Amino acid sequence: MVPLDYYIILSAFLFAVGVVGVIVSRNLIVMFMGVEIMLNAANLALMAFSRHLKLMDGQVLVFLVMTLAAAEAAVGLAIIIAVFRGRESVNADHLNLMKW
Amino acid sequence: MLLFVVAAIIALAAAVMVITVRNPVASVLYLIISLLAQSVLYIQLSGLFVAAFLVLIYGGAILVLFLFVIMMLNIRYADFGPDMLKAVKPWGWIFGLVLLAEMVWVSMGVSTRMSAVDPAFGSVPAVAMLLYTKYVYPFELTSILLLAAIVGAVVMAKRGM
Amino acid sequence: MFDYLYLVPLLPLATFIINGLFRTRLSKGVVQGLAVAAPGLSFALSVALFFGLLGLNPAHRSVEQVLFAWIPIGNLQLDIAFLLDPLSSVMIMVVSGVGFLIHVYSIGYMAHDPGVKRFFIYMNLFMFSMLTLVLANNLILLFIGWEGVGLCSYLLISFWFTKKSATDAGNKAFIVNRIGDFGFLLGGFIIFWAAGTLQFNELATRAPHVFTIGGGAITAATLLLFLGATGKSAQIPLYIWLPDAMEGPTPVSALIHAATMVTAGVYMLARLNFLFILAPTSMLVVAIVGCATAFVAATIGLAQNDIKRVLAYSTISQLGYMIMACGVAAFAAGIFHLMTHAFFKALLFLGSGSVIHAMSDEQDMRKMGGLKKQLPVTYVTFLMATLAISGIPLFSGFFSKDEILWKSFSSGHGSIIFWIVGVITAMLTAFYMFRLLYMTFFGQPRYDKHTAEHLHESPKVMTVPLVILAILSVIGGWIGLPHSLGGGAWFEKFLEPVMTHAGGGGEAVAVHHASVSTEYLLMAITVVLVLVFIYIAYYLYVKNTAKAGSLRQSLSGVHKMIYNKYWVDEFYWAIIVRPVVNGAIFLWKVADVLIIDGIANGLARLVGDISETFRRAQNGYLRAYLTIFLIGAVVVIGFLVVR
Repeated sequence: MVPLDYYIILSAFLFAVGVVGVIVSRNLIVMFMGVEIMLNAANLALMAFSRHLKLMDGQVLVFLVMTLAAAEAAVGLAIIIAVFRGRESVNADHLNLMKW
Repeated sequence: MLLFVVAAIIALAAAVMVITVRNPVASVLYLIISLLAQSVLYIQLSGLFVAAFLVLIYGGAILVLFLFVIMMLNIRYADFGPDMLKAVKPWGWIFGLVLLAEMVWVSMGVSTRMSAVDPAFGSVPAVAMLLYTKYVYPFELTSILLLAAIVGAVVMAKRGM
Repeated sequence: MFDYLYLVPLLPLATFIINGLFRTRLSKGVVQGLAVAAPGLSFALSVALFFGLLGLNPAHRSVEQVLFAWIPIGNLQLDIAFLLDPLSSVMIMVVSGVGFLIHVYSIGYMAHDPGVKRFFIYMNLFMFSMLTLVLANNLILLFIGWEGVGLCSYLLISFWFTKKSATDAGNKAFIVNRIGDFGFLLGGFIIFWAAGTLQFNELATRAPHVFTIGGGAITAATLLLFLGATGKSAQIPLYIWLPDAMEGPTPVSALIHAATMVTAGVYMLARLNFLFILAPTSMLVVAIVGCATAFVAATIGLAQNDIKRVLAYSTISQLGYMIMACGVAAFAAGIFHLMTHAFFKALLFLGSGSVIHAMSDEQDMRKMGGLKKQLPVTYVTFLMATLAISGIPLFSGFFSKDEILWKSFSSGHGSIIFWIVGVITAMLTAFYMFRLLYMTFFGQPRYDKHTAEHLHESPKVMTVPLVILAILSVIGGWIGLPHSLGGGAWFEKFLEPVMTHAGGGGEAVAVHHASVSTEYLLMAITVVLVLVFIYIAYYLYVKNTAKAGSLRQSLSGVHKMIYNKYWVDEFYWAIIVRPVVNGAIFLWKVADVLIIDGIANGLARLVGDISETFRRAQNGYLRAYLTIFLIGAVVVIGFLVVR
């Protein structure tokens, strides 16, 4: 069997990739996908612990998280569409009014 | 074990490709590949229902939604011009790596082997048992949340509002 | 009767307050009326008090009136209290009497000046300060009056404050006086530290027991007090302000810089005679300074062309005589000369004011001449004063000056050198005074037609005081008629109780038993020499004026030196004033602007710069914010991991 910490380390890697993806890319869509990657990494960790502790609760939580991710994706993309209508671009650097 | 390694590498590589390719459609497709690999990992962890759920909902609904949006907004290689925040890239990588190091450092010592589990673990009835008894409130609330999400999405994207 | 003593200084104070507060609402006539009435009433009261004092036994002629206890702290008991004794009685009569006459004169002189109300307000303040100074029963109240007259001097010298030369002169007077005041205060501190009191009567009894004769403490204290006197009474080294003070209106010059304020130093020496007696070294210094000042000032006066300047140097010179008298322990003689000098010097200044007024404000004697026909009253009174100051027998100045010369020869503290220099100075005095008289009133007119048209004798309000002062200049000396000439030396006798407080008596100290015949001889020598010099002046300035010019050519070196006042002002400027001013500019430009402002502004700018830097963190860019999130999260997790 694969030891637990391998899964955790993999989850950590995936999470880091997601974080970097959010910060480094200028495309709003790609940033959003980074967020999804992060969520998935968390799901993976949850599944691993659930298996290790032999409790189903982890898997139920993963189920709910994914539902939430769906809702969040829908709203987020709607926001991106609204932004696009105003600025004609999905360049994250064009959203610079959050000051003063 | 071999299965784990292969699936892990694919998942990770695909994730990296997601953030590095220029074409946003390609990014979505790479993400789907990564999700598939992760699904394999879920199966290895006796989460049959969740694995299926992942592919169906995440890959089939959410990422398709992404594709819809990309196509609709007609985002191409979209050359964004010179980067106005040049300092972010290096610092982002550095601290991302630091974060990684921290997390790995924490989980290094947890070398535990997992013992066997009965076959009913992770099956649909098992999930359902828990979902409709212990976690019925979160379940119902989630449905309301989805309702809110739908209304919000419609409001946000409607023209002229 | 003596209960009304406090009114003497307080009447002018009251009119000062009334006029000062309601200046704009009172008419010119009311202001002037009040202002002139105050010193007049003070004078009447002073005379009454004098007669009251005469009614007392000579040994008990000392009345104190305490208004209230001002500073009662431990050892220090200072009251607002007035002391009436022979010395202060003489002083208040002189100050209020001459002051009253000058106030009357000013009504005419300042009639056309737009600031006439302000003038009388300041004059009344001055009267109050001077009378307080003279009536004070302790050193600090005296000092208050001392400072008050200094202030009024400043206010009145720079009366026409739009003229830069006037304001400069006012500054100079005040600043130079300040130096003297510094010495005064230090001397006072030493006195208090040693004797524990500053009240005159108490000091007089305590001083001989507390100080050792000729000791360090008393010598230092008296020398410091004398420094104050040199400032106020314009002696070397602090006389430089007096000639410049002629920028003020002529009545100011008459009152403050001839008759009253400058005599404050002499008064202070006389009042503290019991201290000075205990310090022979100081006495010697005082005498030498007085003698030297008298001589030097007379030499400078020889070459001046401005009528008021000549009189200013003459004042310095006569003050030198008074100081010298105090230095040889002839305090009564010094006060006597103070009184006669007040009469004839005030008259001289007022007369010159009359001349200036008539000449449409011309003050240069070279542009005058032959005025005795046009200004008869002025001429006659001026002549009386000139005869008095020259020491012509039977005039007041003769008696007082002669007394000083005799005492400087015969007193235990005196020496023949003082007498010789004093006689030479008297000769010079006669010379320059008659030079002034001849150049102004005799000879051919040297003024232009325009001035000639406006030439007129002054109005009665100005000439009547002149006449009164002239009468006093003639008869004022009779009360001091010495024994040798058949008199009873009543003045000296009257002041005796004040002067012999110290053990052993002031003037009883080892008087050379010089004979009366010596006194006659010395008197005669002086008079003859004086008459000779008067004739020389007559010759040079009336008979043969060309000779004066050629004499000046041949002695051009000497003439240049005395005309330029020995370049003392320039010396002070280079040695003292300029370094101080440069130091101040340095402190301003470097210490204040550069360093202090630099630090203050720099700190502010530093804060601004730091915040500018931090401000860049809030630039509105989403990715920048996310990066900072990440950094924060990493740091926090790092803490948790490490713990």
